[in-house]
Amino acid sequence: MSAAPQLDPFLPDIYSVRDVRRELPDTVTLEVAPKAGARPDFEPGQFNMLYAFGIGEIAISLSGSAGSGETFIHTVREVGAVSAAISKLEVGAELGLRGPYGAGWPVNAAEGSDVVFVAGGLGLAPLRPAILHVLANRNRYGRVVLLFGSRNPTDLLYRDELAVWRQRLDVDIDVTVDHADAEWRGNVGVVPALIPRASFDPTDTIAFVCGPEVMMRFSVAALRDAGVPLDHVYVSMERNMKCAIGLCGHCQFGPTFVCKDGPVMRFDAIADIFSIREI
Amino acid sequence: MKGLEDILREHPFLSGFSPEQSDLIVGCARNHRFNAGQYLFHEGDPADEFYLIRRGKVALEIVAPGKPPIVFATLGEGEIVGASWLVAPHRTMFDARAVELTRAIGIDAACLRGKCDEDHSLGYEMMKAFLPILVQRLNATRLQILDVYGRA
Ligand SMILES: Cc1cc2nc3c(=O)[nH]c(=O)nc-3n(C[C@H](O)[C@H](O)[C@H](O)COP(=O)(O)OP(=O)(O)OC[C@H]3O[C@@H](n4cnc5c(N)ncnc54)[C@H](O)[C@@H]3O)c2cc1C
Ligand code: FES
Repeated sequence: MSAAPQLDPFLPDIYSVRDVRRELPDTVTLEVAPKAGARPDFEPGQFNMLYAFGIGEIAISLSGSAGSGETFIHTVREVGAVSAAISKLEVGAELGLRGPYGAGWPVNAAEGSDVVFVAGGLGLAPLRPAILHVLANRNRYGRVVLLFGSRNPTDLLYRDELAVWRQRLDVDIDVTVDHADAEWRGNVGVVPALIPRASFDPTDTIAFVCGPEVMMRFSVAALRDAGVPLDHVYVSMERNMKCAIGLCGHCQFGPTFVCKDGPVMRFDAIADIFSIREI
Repeated sequence: MKGLEDILREHPFLSGFSPEQSDLIVGCARNHRFNAGQYLFHEGDPADEFYLIRRGKVALEIVAPGKPPIVFATLGEGEIVGASWLVAPHRTMFDARAVELTRAIGIDAACLRGKCDEDHSLGYEMMKAFLPILVQRLNATRLQILDVYGRA
C-alpha cells in the first residue's frame, strides 16, 4: 500500500478577501474565505500565517468568533511591508494562509470562575474570540470583566462592538485612554489602574491579558497585587515567526517556542524570562 | 441619613487609621457636591483642601497656553484628589474638574497639617496612606510616557 502523499506544511492555502472594514487609519479587519473547501476550526487565541504574494508572510491572530463559520476574521495593523500589503487587499483579492497554529486561551478551563480580560490597544483583537466565546456561554462563568486601554479616544478598536457589549448587564466593561481632551467623558489613565477598581473574586479568577509587553508586565503586577495567583494569569506573546510549526527556532522565548507552546502562555511558566530584554 | 462621620469611616482611605485618628480627621472634614464641569481647584491655587471622592468622576487637567486642556488622569469613587497639601509650598499643580455630578468629602489641609504636626503617629499614618497612592500614580505616569500603543 502506498503512503498518503506528504503535504508540504509550508504550502499556504489560497484564500480570498470577502470583506474589508477599516477600523482605524492604520488598522483594518479582513474577512477571508478559502477558495476551495471549508475553513479549519480554531480555538480563541490561535493565529494564522498570512502570505502577501511576493512580499512575505506574517503571524496574525484570529479575531473572529471561533464558532462555526465559513470565514476567518483578522485585524491587521500596518507596521511594515507585509502588514501594509495585507492591509491594502481589497474585496476579491487573494492571499495565502497557513494555520491555525498555537495554543489558545483556556476558555474551557476558566468555566465556573470569574474571568477578567485585560486588553491594550490592538491586543483586543486576539482576545476577541475568547470574549465572544465567554459572552455566548455566559452562564458557564462567574463575573466577567473587560478592561481595555487605548492611546486616545480616536484609537479605540472595535468601538461599535464595545458599545454593544456595554449594553449587557452581565459584563463589566471599563475603558481607559492614556490621553484625552476635555470632551472625553470616560476614564483617563493606564489600563492596570483599572484592575484595583474592578469587582471580581481574586481567589477564583482567570485573567487573560493581551497587549504591548510593557502593558502586560504592569497589568500582571496589578493582578498579582489584587490577589490573583500568577498561575491563573495568561498572556499572549508576540515573537517574529518563520515556520510557525516549531521547526526553525525563530520564535524562541527562553526554553519555549512561542509558535507552538504559545502564543498564549500561563504567566508563572514564563515569569522568570518575561522581563528580561531581548530573549 | 448617614452623617459625615459614618460616610468618612466607610471610605477606603480611612481603613488604616485607628478610631481615635479617624475622629481627628473627621474634625477637619466637610461635604461637597460638584456639578459636571465645576472645578474642585485650579493650578496654582493654595492647596488648602484635598478630596475623598464618594461618587462621580474627576478629571485632572493640564493647560498649555493656546491649546485645549489635556486630561492626564481621571479619578473615581474611593480615590483621592490632591496631594500638594502635604508638600510645601502647598500649591496645586493642575486643574481638577468634575466630569459628572461628584460627591466628595473635603479635608481642610491647614487643620489636618496642624493635627499631624501635633500628633506624629497621625502624621506617620497619613504619610503611609498617601505614599502608596503617589507611587502608584508615578508608576502609571511612567507607563503613560512610554506611549506603549504607538508604533514601534
Ligand atoms: C502570535 C502573533 C499574533 C499576532 N497577531 C497580530 C494581529 O492580530 N494583528 C496584527 O496587526 N499584528 C499581529 N501580530 C504582529 C505581526 O505579526 C507583525 O506586526 C508583523 O509581523 C509585522 O511584519 P511587517 O513585515 O509588516 O513589518 P516588519 O518590517 O517586520 O516590521 C516593521 C516595523 O514594525 C515593527 N513591528 C514588528 N512587529 C510589530 C508588532 N507586533 N507591534 C508593533 N510593531 C511591530 C518592527 O520592529 C519594525 O520597526 C502578531 C504576531 C504574533 C507573533
Ligand atoms: S516560528 Fe519556527 S519554531 Fe516557532
